[in-house]
Amino acid sequence: MELLNNHRPPITAGLIPPSLRDARRPHRVLERHWFVSRSGFFWILLGGFFEPFFYLVSTQLGFGSLIDDVEVGGELVSYVHFVAPALLAASAMNGAMYETMNVFFRMTFDKTYSSMLATPMTAGDVVLGDVFWATIRGGLYSAAFLVVMAVLGMTSSWWGLLLLPASLLVSFAFAGVGMAIATFIRSIEDFEYVPTAMLPMFLFSATFFPASSYGRFEWVLNFSPLYHGVALLRALNLGQFPPSIFTHVVVLFALAGLSIVLSAHRIERALLG
Amino acid sequence: MSGSEGTAVITAKALTKRFGDFEAVKGTDFEVRAGEAFGFLGPNGAGKSSTMRMIGAVSPVTSGELRIFGLDPADDGRKIRARLGVVPQQDELDEFLTVKDNLVIYGRYFDIPLKACREKAMELLEFVQLADRADSKVQPLSGGMKRRVTIARSLMSDPEILLLDEPTTGLDPQARHVLWDRLYRLKQQGVTLVLTTHYMDEAEQLCDRLVVMDQGEIAAEGSPAELIRTHSPREVLELRFPAGTNAEHAPKVEGVGARQEVLPDRILIYADDGEAALSEVHRRQAVPESALVRRSTLEDVFLRLTGRTLVE
Repeated sequence: MELLNNHRPPITAGLIPPSLRDARRPHRVLERHWFVSRSGFFWILLGGFFEPFFYLVSTQLGFGSLIDDVEVGGELVSYVHFVAPALLAASAMNGAMYETMNVFFRMTFDKTYSSMLATPMTAGDVVLGDVFWATIRGGLYSAAFLVVMAVLGMTSSWWGLLLLPASLLVSFAFAGVGMAIATFIRSIEDFEYVPTAMLPMFLFSATFFPASSYGRFEWVLNFSPLYHGVALLRALNLGQFPPSIFTHVVVLFALAGLSIVLSAHRIERALLG
Repeated sequence: MSGSEGTAVITAKALTKRFGDFEAVKGTDFEVRAGEAFGFLGPNGAGKSSTMRMIGAVSPVTSGELRIFGLDPADDGRKIRARLGVVPQQDELDEFLTVKDNLVIYGRYFDIPLKACREKAMELLEFVQLADRADSKVQPLSGGMKRRVTIARSLMSDPEILLLDEPTTGLDPQARHVLWDRLYRLKQQGVTLVLTTHYMDEAEQLCDRLVVMDQGEIAAEGSPAELIRTHSPREVLELRFPAGTNAEHAPKVEGVGARQEVLPDRILIYADDGEAALSEVHRRQAVPESALVRRSTLEDVFLRLTGRTLVE
């Protein structure tokens, strides 16, 4: 750590835009969204929760019983216990990603950011505020999802409580990624690409079948951001702490950090020309 | 400096803004003093909005020097913006919020306590005569009302300088007069007004001093009266000849006034005595379809300086 501290600051000082270093008011963005959402918007939030929820129920009632136990970290677990934390990760991702797609509208038609940037707020405030807001939305999905998991008996032990902060981290990472993607969207048509990228990631992140079944292509999984969330939540649900979870945590934080820096650059370029 | 009432709150020296190859502002010099109403008059594309965005510390200066409250926007953007009120060209109101909440949340961006924001919002809605619409959404309001909400919003932080980018473009005459009245009151309260406009009547109504901008450059500077006095004779005779015959009639009336401009739809004759000029036109047996004598305006100044009209 000493080594890192000695060498990093000059590099990051150049990398982190001044607008992020000057960010003091990201919570004002949350406040604005709260002003908007307190009147009925809450129900829209629930929409993204139902999708994985139905997967969960169908797994429990349906094909879960047709599939044999799966080995996770040397431990045999039922398929339901295998797949539920993966769906939780997907739920955290969906909640955060859906929310950040609003960023496009706030940048363009709604002019939300333009009016914020005329005040002491900076592009960094805008980015951090919206990433935190999307993280909260993803976190809300996850919390509700976790309750359903517990009620259906899909959590393995009290270790399951760790799933909440861990799924917040997954939300945070995808809030960053979603924000960065939204700054590249040029028109409403471009939104088509987002689910096109998200669906294969959802299906092929060791979500429904174990990493070992990818055979010699197992290493490819590391390039799927969702995989790191899935693997992290799956291990924690079983109370397992293999060294690899450290990697997953670092990757998720790095994704969030890089995305935030990129988003701040993009917003500045688009709105502060 | 003679005649400068207040201290300079904005100074620009060789201020330049470039977008790629396009130079929107080409090295302008100007100074805005505390408490005055200062205008940028010019047609679309003259560089007015680019200048306003640089003053508003939301657009970096390409070269030259710009100081607002003595601060450099490149270093102290946040501090500058904290003391400015901004009325952008488009209203940018939050369509998801009520009129009052638009003001309240905007005040929060300046870290004003929530309770103070609520009180201030109602006070300002009274000021712009929209207190009865406080709980309405923004969307159903008329253009003039939205403009007034935007002005109220810009006042939430008690700004020292109010930047208004084309405050009345697109509004009907009645709405414009209501707005001018409110802006005049703000000026009386000591708020420095900086506005852009392509309406000469607006500039004449509101501005103590103005610069005429054209193609990124400042063509002239002064009070409206000074500019008219310096750049245009006192009166204008407007002659309308049958469509398409202006060019043919132009030589006939040549020299009637101090100067003449042949526009697509009319001929303008500049003279200190418009009625005398009209008699001379009749004596020369040029028969216009209609003739009108009026005072010189900033429009005429603009035409004189740039050879083009303000609103095409």
